[in-house]
Amino acid sequence: MSTRQDKRIVKSQVKSTCDRTAAPNEISRRDFVQMLGAGLLIAVSAPVVSAQRGGRGGGGGRARSISARLHVGIDGTISVMTGKIEQGQGARAEITAAAAEELGVAASRLNLIMGDTSLVPDDGPTVGSMTTPLTIPPVRQAAAAARTLLIGLAAQKWGVDRAALQVSDGKITHAASNRTLTYADLARTEDLPKAFAQAAPADVTVRVVKDWKVLGTPLPRPNGRDLVTGAHRFPSDIIRPGMLYGKVLRAPAYGVKLISVDLAPAKAMKDVVVVQEGSFVGVAARTTLVAERAIEEIAKTAQWETSPQPSSTEIFGYLKRRAQNQPANPFADELAKAAKVLKATYNVAYIQHTPMETRSAVAEWADGKLTVWTGTQNPFGWHSQLVQAFGLATDAVRLLVPDFGGGFGGKSQGEVHVEAARLAKAAGKPVCVKWTRAEEFTWAYFRPAAVIEIEAGLDPKGVLTSWHFVNINAGSPGIETPYRAGRAQSRSVNTNSPLRQGSYRALASTGNNFARECFMDELAAAAGADPLEFRLAHLDNPRIRAVLEAATQRFDWKNRVERKSPTVGVGLACGTEKNSVVAACAEIALDEAGKMTVCRVCEAFECGKILNPVNLMSQVQGCIIMGMGAALREEMRFANGKILNASFGSYEVPRFDDVPELDIQLLDRPDMNAVGGGETPIIAIAPAIANAVYHATGKRVRALPIKVPV
Amino acid sequence: MDATITFTVNGQPRTVTTDPQRRLLDVLREDLQLTGTKYGCGDGYCGACTVLIDGKRERACHLPVTAADKRDILTIEGLCQGDKLHPVQEAFMAENAFQCGYCTPGMIMSTVALLKEKPNPSEAQIREWMNGHLCRCCGYPKILNAVRRAAQARR
Ligand code: FES
Ligand code: FES
Repeated sequence: MSTRQDKRIVKSQVKSTCDRTAAPNEISRRDFVQMLGAGLLIAVSAPVVSAQRGGRGGGGGRARSISARLHVGIDGTISVMTGKIEQGQGARAEITAAAAEELGVAASRLNLIMGDTSLVPDDGPTVGSMTTPLTIPPVRQAAAAARTLLIGLAAQKWGVDRAALQVSDGKITHAASNRTLTYADLARTEDLPKAFAQAAPADVTVRVVKDWKVLGTPLPRPNGRDLVTGAHRFPSDIIRPGMLYGKVLRAPAYGVKLISVDLAPAKAMKDVVVVQEGSFVGVAARTTLVAERAIEEIAKTAQWETSPQPSSTEIFGYLKRRAQNQPANPFADELAKAAKVLKATYNVAYIQHTPMETRSAVAEWADGKLTVWTGTQNPFGWHSQLVQAFGLATDAVRLLVPDFGGGFGGKSQGEVHVEAARLAKAAGKPVCVKWTRAEEFTWAYFRPAAVIEIEAGLDPKGVLTSWHFVNINAGSPGIETPYRAGRAQSRSVNTNSPLRQGSYRALASTGNNFARECFMDELAAAAGADPLEFRLAHLDNPRIRAVLEAATQRFDWKNRVERKSPTVGVGLACGTEKNSVVAACAEIALDEAGKMTVCRVCEAFECGKILNPVNLMSQVQGCIIMGMGAALREEMRFANGKILNASFGSYEVPRFDDVPELDIQLLDRPDMNAVGGGETPIIAIAPAIANAVYHATGKRVRALPIKVPV
Repeated sequence: MDATITFTVNGQPRTVTTDPQRRLLDVLREDLQLTGTKYGCGDGYCGACTVLIDGKRERACHLPVTAADKRDILTIEGLCQGDKLHPVQEAFMAENAFQCGYCTPGMIMSTVALLKEKPNPSEAQIREWMNGHLCRCCGYPKILNAVRRAAQARR
């Protein structure tokens, strides 16, 4: 890996316990080293990666450069630290494996500490598939530096050449003299401080793929046992002594202002803490039920000022009318010369992430210091928000992120941590705030709705001569076409979104790829070409071609597309995003009432060298099925500022009976660097289904979710 | 007026004196600190709160705590025998049938109930039985594998 780093070595000789929750407010880095037990702490300064990060919230530009990664304890425990979090995407297994690989120890020997702002380096938010390309390399580098230093120490101790030593499972062996030393033995040696006062070797190299023993093999979730026994404490499972349960007053609709509220009825309730700070009104009580009752009492007295809000039935016109600086198609000359010109508008609905665990936070104050446990994709960002909200010193706030129950881009922003901290401050006791499902549906943010307009020209041979693509509202990820199109321009423009919107799994590339891939099918039909042939004729990217060929071969596209039936259809789509590539073929069936079933999906996906095949398979399966939800049913309905379907009863996400026959190919590229795989596999499924609907019905689908044309 | 509920939870006799309108889910989590049973919707749509009552699966978010009076409750925490995982837990581990794992306790409890009722479930029966459970990571294929594996292990 090419990342260059400085290394520093810190030695601590203090012993203590390993109980990480013993004194949450008192943790400092030195205490932490105490908790881990004596040993050597290897600090690696990560390079400033802002230039590579670009785009949304990559964490670029953070000043912090020196960051401890790794600790070897005298009891043999090895701890690795990262600012990344685990939300089900597999970072825990992958980062653990990366460190294990370079250290030459079994993954089970490592303890990975994630997302605890007092202990870990700031690796930026966990978004945009960036853990694999941007965090794995520095973790490997740090672990490789540690291994090199440990070998050097052993060589020095025995007075032998380091090249004569071998490392396996945390043990260094000198075969000639039949001597061994474990990492723990070395962490205990007296001359460690001196040895480790020197700079780490500058020529640290990481293991090449062909020598990998851990990375590239199936790595189960390290704390999987705690998940199946119920022992794992998700953020919403944290219980602190004397803890109360909090509720916050929510407005009855968007765009509504609180005028007045009477707190007296709630204050009259036994053991209820009531807080009002401006428009923030909340309560805390000994049980959730009492807190719910108290907030209901308050809600009854609240007076609100409303303002008119658009409804979902008129949303696309609303967004379009408010679009700012909509670019005109600059390719008038090409269009004038074209044999055929096609133009279409695609609409994409607002949808919700609905992670299984709703937002939650537990906050605890002691001696003016604040500790918060929460589920966030952005631990250091939320930490700063707490520092600011309460005017605290940076080290007076500790934010911990236990592995949490799903995010999908939906837990990058939020306020639940501040809500819990406000209530806990007023109550003088720890407070847990856990949003209800209805709150999550209403007040968390949404994947942006979009209006996408595309215009393109074909020459008499059916070759694209111009391409003009405008996304109103949803943003630019995945907006550039991978197809050769003569002259091409793709733009994203802003408008006024009436709903709160933010990142989503693969963000706008879900909508952008949907529109592009559906339109490519329309163009193929206009050119009288097969959708696969038409794409291949315009596609230079060899990686996209490879997945497209893999998926269509497995699906038997050429034969399947010949068979026409009004009740069975096949469609395909492909795309690239975050430097990975995907192609999908889908077969759908329609019953007499026009109800659609997705019967079979063949998807091929490639994200460079595969680091963890078992987790990658889960991610691809999850993306396909989650993407089917957005394709088939999911859409937020709203009117007068109220969400009309804030429940799993009326907002129907995929269930077991939606699961199609899945045929997934993961293409491994050992010659390439690994990139993330938890997002891009979602972008091909919706257009593949939409194109299958056209294949069956002869009618185009131009909106998500798909309404089967009758 | 508080009510006194006497029940067995994971083999232990327990007594709770509390507001009778509280949900069983909240009493398990807040009073007994059994947080393995999850809140996913509070509305009966997701199955995250599934427990067994007298051997039958129930949604703890929907039941007032009084419904548990004098009954035998099994939660995910009561499934292991000492250190030994229940075969259904083993099956979920073997199939890597979790991503975030938040739905997992409910899925496991429901599978235990399924195999009690139908030791030899057909594919259609498995899907139908599990269909009330949501996994937002959409890990359904591997969960199905785990259920099949657990059923197989019983044969
Ligand atoms: S929490 Fe009980 S069914 Fe969803
Ligand atoms: S594993 Fe995340 S909800 Fe099922």
